[in-house]
Amino acid sequence: MDMQVAKKKLGLKERYAVMTRGLDWTPSYQKMEDIYPYIAYEGIKIHDWDKWEDPFRLTMDAYWKYQAEKERKLYAIIDAFNQNNGHLNVTDARYINTIKLFISGISPLEYVAHRGFAHAGRAFPGAGPRVACLMQSLDEIRHAQTQVHSISNYNKYYNGMHDFHHAHDRVWFLSVPKSFFDDAITAGPFEFMVSIGFSFEYVLTNLLFVPFVSGAAYNGDMGTMTFGFSAQSDEARHMTLGLEVIKFILEQDPANVPIVQRWIDKWTWRGYRVLTLVAMMMDYMLPKRTMSWKEAWEVYFEENGGALFKDLARYGIKMPKCAEQIALEKDHLSHQAWSTFYNYAAAANFHTWMPDEDEMAWLAAKYPASFDKHYRPRYEFWREQAAKGNRFYNKTLPMLCQTCQIPMIFTEPGDATKICYREVDYKGDKYHFCSDHCKEIFEHEPEKYVQAWLPVHQIYQGNCFPEGTDPTVEGFDPLAAVLQYYKLEHGRDNLDFDISEDKKNFAEWRGQATKNI
Amino acid sequence: MAVAAISKYEFAPADTQDKFHGAQLLYIGWEDHLLFCAPFAFPFPPTMRFGDVVAGPMQAAFGYHPDFAQIDWAKAEWFKSGKPVTLDFDKSLAENGLNHKDVIRFRTPGLAGIKGSCS
Repeated sequence: MDMQVAKKKLGLKERYAVMTRGLDWTPSYQKMEDIYPYIAYEGIKIHDWDKWEDPFRLTMDAYWKYQAEKERKLYAIIDAFNQNNGHLNVTDARYINTIKLFISGISPLEYVAHRGFAHAGRAFPGAGPRVACLMQSLDEIRHAQTQVHSISNYNKYYNGMHDFHHAHDRVWFLSVPKSFFDDAITAGPFEFMVSIGFSFEYVLTNLLFVPFVSGAAYNGDMGTMTFGFSAQSDEARHMTLGLEVIKFILEQDPANVPIVQRWIDKWTWRGYRVLTLVAMMMDYMLPKRTMSWKEAWEVYFEENGGALFKDLARYGIKMPKCAEQIALEKDHLSHQAWSTFYNYAAAANFHTWMPDEDEMAWLAAKYPASFDKHYRPRYEFWREQAAKGNRFYNKTLPMLCQTCQIPMIFTEPGDATKICYREVDYKGDKYHFCSDHCKEIFEHEPEKYVQAWLPVHQIYQGNCFPEGTDPTVEGFDPLAAVLQYYKLEHGRDNLDFDISEDKKNFAEWRGQATKNI
Repeated sequence: MAVAAISKYEFAPADTQDKFHGAQLLYIGWEDHLLFCAPFAFPFPPTMRFGDVVAGPMQAAFGYHPDFAQIDWAKAEWFKSGKPVTLDFDKSLAENGLNHKDVIRFRTPGLAGIKGSCS
């Protein structure tokens, strides 16, 4: 006969201990180094995993309950947004291009982050970081899913998003975010935690999510805004984890400090280069701007990041040295990026355009030191040419940086009229870089970066055409073949916003909703 | 420094010349003309005459700029990896000492882009 015994309920603290560290055990017939083979080779020394302080007191059962509740709310809002044709309430159809950038450039990274944290969690012998990594790994795959679900409604009506994951793995500019994350997940578990957990999630995340989410809010995009807010509490946990990782590693052994410093230097720069896309989004792609890229950098990096590195000084960690160059670039970054996408509008999965007169005035006011002098003349010329039916479409492929894979668009620090060229000879071949920082990253691990899948070189090697393409036949059009390989339709997914189906459809549909036609 | 790895870490570089079907890469940038956002990358056979590079692919790539038609090629200054170099239009790329993944730039005195803005 079964006896019904009243179960003793565990207190919060006990329950937490049982459900996290209590799940761990000491192996008896396998060696620790066989079970955790990736823990020593990066040179990081950990003496006592129990010194790890769990950044958040959350157990798996509570995690599921809490996240399920959040997602029920999120999907109710997404449903309402979709059923009410919420997409027609955005400021204007140009805004939708930020969504295209996000789904093809950022959402696939959430998925890779999911894999990365799962891998790092498996690699750590400490139960505390393992549980924390597990939760972040689950957060990341949920974010990928909720983003895909919220954005799928836009895909029903607008072009360029139909095969975002295929695009992410192939389209030239998407190799920038892709290779950034590939670099991180192919590093060891400690470097991964410093690169993504700390440098990206802690130092730079406010420059990614705040602009997209507040940009969505300012531009009437309830769907994107809602998933942004839904992810907010997770992001707060990720930031706490990133900071705990750094402090834990630094406190364990003084020999860890120079290794961590090098990783922070590298990953702050790598992350910043990826944020080039965000900079142009903020200054050019949001019809209703939130703040300029320069202002965002000043608030979120120079002020907040400055305070963070002051705090880390007691461990011997210094502000990454690239911060000096970034400060010099902040007047130029977004303009140089937008010029690039204006150049290569025929090969992208979203539309570009020239800012109108009011927008140029805004840019001149936000960038008094650079806009009128360096960028307005270029834009006015392009605008005049477009009006004459001679819109500039650059059809020749650009030279790329071997490390960040961005075209060599950046100018010398302190001289916005000269492209910054750097090069290295390594084992009989030349390698080119956009900056001293990308060059130094290469020089530290050349064996890794010589393998880079640079889209331009891959196209010239003949690896980016649909299967069966013969590039030797007469009249072969490489751009057309590359677009087929990208699964982008010429004239529909690319080119200028002004002649786009998106613009035409949006005007027509909004007209139906607001006028008697 | 070598890459931190759990075992031997040796992989072939992705862009050696043998992968370009007889061509070699040449990068070309036009100083003071940032209307073209970045220098260009071209695949050319090493036997290609340099003058043909200028008249053909460079004309196609840079010709959109109103300054291009005004270039006096006799006065153009050339740089290879940032250092001044003399390039003979009648010689091939190889004969001019231009190898795989070399980068050359040219400066066109008197031409400084749209309204002198280096665009």
